[in-house]
Amino acid sequence: MSTVPSTDKPSKHGRRRDGGDSDSEVVRRRRDFPALDQQVHGRPLIYLDNAATTQKPRAVIDAVRRYYESDNANIHRGVHQLSVRATDAYEAARVKVQRFIGAARREEIIFVRGTTEAINLVAQSYGRSRFDAGDEIVISAMEHHSNIVPWQILCEQTGATLRVVPINDDGDIELDAFEVLLGPRTKLVAMVHVSNALGTVNPIADVIEIAHRRNVPVLVDGAQAAPHLAIDVQALDCDFYTISGHKLFGPTGVGVLYGKTSLLDSMPPYQGGGDMIRTVTFEKSTYAELPAKFEAGTPNIAGGVGLGAAVDYVSSIGLDKIAAYESTLLAAATEALSAIPEVRLIGTARDKASVVSFVIEGIHPHDVGTVLDQEGIAIRTGHHCAQPVMQRFGVPATARASLAFYNTFDEIDALAAAVRKAIKVFA
Amino acid sequence: MSDLQDLYQELILDHNKRPRNRRKLADAHRRAEGYNPLCGDHVTVYVRVEDDIVREVTFEGSGCAISTASASLMTESLEGKSLDEAKALFEKFHDLLTDEPVDREQGPALGKLEVFSGVHAYPARVKCATLAWHTVNAALEDAGEVVSTE
Repeated sequence: MSTVPSTDKPSKHGRRRDGGDSDSEVVRRRRDFPALDQQVHGRPLIYLDNAATTQKPRAVIDAVRRYYESDNANIHRGVHQLSVRATDAYEAARVKVQRFIGAARREEIIFVRGTTEAINLVAQSYGRSRFDAGDEIVISAMEHHSNIVPWQILCEQTGATLRVVPINDDGDIELDAFEVLLGPRTKLVAMVHVSNALGTVNPIADVIEIAHRRNVPVLVDGAQAAPHLAIDVQALDCDFYTISGHKLFGPTGVGVLYGKTSLLDSMPPYQGGGDMIRTVTFEKSTYAELPAKFEAGTPNIAGGVGLGAAVDYVSSIGLDKIAAYESTLLAAATEALSAIPEVRLIGTARDKASVVSFVIEGIHPHDVGTVLDQEGIAIRTGHHCAQPVMQRFGVPATARASLAFYNTFDEIDALAAAVRKAIKVFA
Repeated sequence: MSDLQDLYQELILDHNKRPRNRRKLADAHRRAEGYNPLCGDHVTVYVRVEDDIVREVTFEGSGCAISTASASLMTESLEGKSLDEAKALFEKFHDLLTDEPVDREQGPALGKLEVFSGVHAYPARVKCATLAWHTVNAALEDAGEVVSTE
């Protein structure tokens, strides 16, 4: 028997605000996620920490288990049956990801550990080989540390400098300021598609268009976008796009760097080792073609297979449908929390993904997090690996509820009730 | 919800709302800064020590209820303690929060600090309770650097 809260009583919101989705469909989807069906501190788990990592559907867990139980072998090198099966499964996952983000070619999909490694790869391979002292890299004030620190390391190595596009009080990027920041020395724009701390959906197509008018390539950090929005890298015309598998209902330790073939081809390898070479002698080695050139060593094969299953799962629901449902959830959460006078929302951009960051007058987010945890509600509290965002809004930390398509309106009500309770405890 | 009340006892809530000795100490002999990178909390602790006796302790900074109350109660607990007693009290307090057995027969009495015994059940919050103590320890040892609980 499921412990889904919405099965306990009829939803207060019913089918009025469900964006064309029915509660029963959400309940059915929840059954696909074994981890959601548990009690925490004696209460049904309400998992609202999806921007940190998502829960995994049984299809993903089964794919990983099946791989280890029957296909486990090293890839791209064996003639034996298991190696062939493992290679096929891994490469099939690459094609699934290619279709998922609309890439032109499967070779443009580089499997990495996650968005962090993808950005480090671009910084060290693309950036280090062509940036000089005085060159500029443009990022925004809402970046995750993973889209700040790799560029700072590159700046230390090359003498390049980091320029930061400001954001306004709502958490929207200032596009005019962005345009002004682009100069003759700008070599790359690296910007987040959806902010993990604020939920802002950046006008990334405009950003790319503006940058391309000046022949500046653009890397898009899509870690938070891929679970919520349909991505089409060719329509966006971005030069690089990054994804983390575990935020997309897939396993941890696997992610994707998309790059245009022309760019990837022109870049030196990131790491040396097995699988990324064509020939090796002690005098000189030559490198393999894409994508192997950037995949040194035995990769996270099971992770790749699991990511392929995750992409299939998400596609079977459809991102348009997910986005529509999540926007009604977001509206409900925004309304419920805004109705509490002590609550201040951090991040009120025009276009938002289902992330609600907030602070409560006089209560530290960690205390809020502990009270909510006692109610079985998992949220993130802290700086969300985005300390500059916290500084911009003058808060040490925030509480953040991040919603996925398996969350319900009853869970939003429970969140608001628990926040009211926290206020009472610390009044 | 008895669990939550074990953690957030009345005395802790009171010291969170009205922290004692939260101010800069003009005639401090030593000061130290503490930082918890997990939550971004900063605390500055000031101490006035005369003849190896802690005469006055104050702190600045704000954090969660546990860290604020801990700093506040710490300033009261340390007043009048010798440097050796202060160190012993820190160790005993640390044991109270972790899995170490606490020998209540030996050394300085924990007194009001016993209210933090509930933190033991919340491993993620132990560092909140010890930040000010690590910092005062650094000040008393004249380390004078930023200490981190990570």
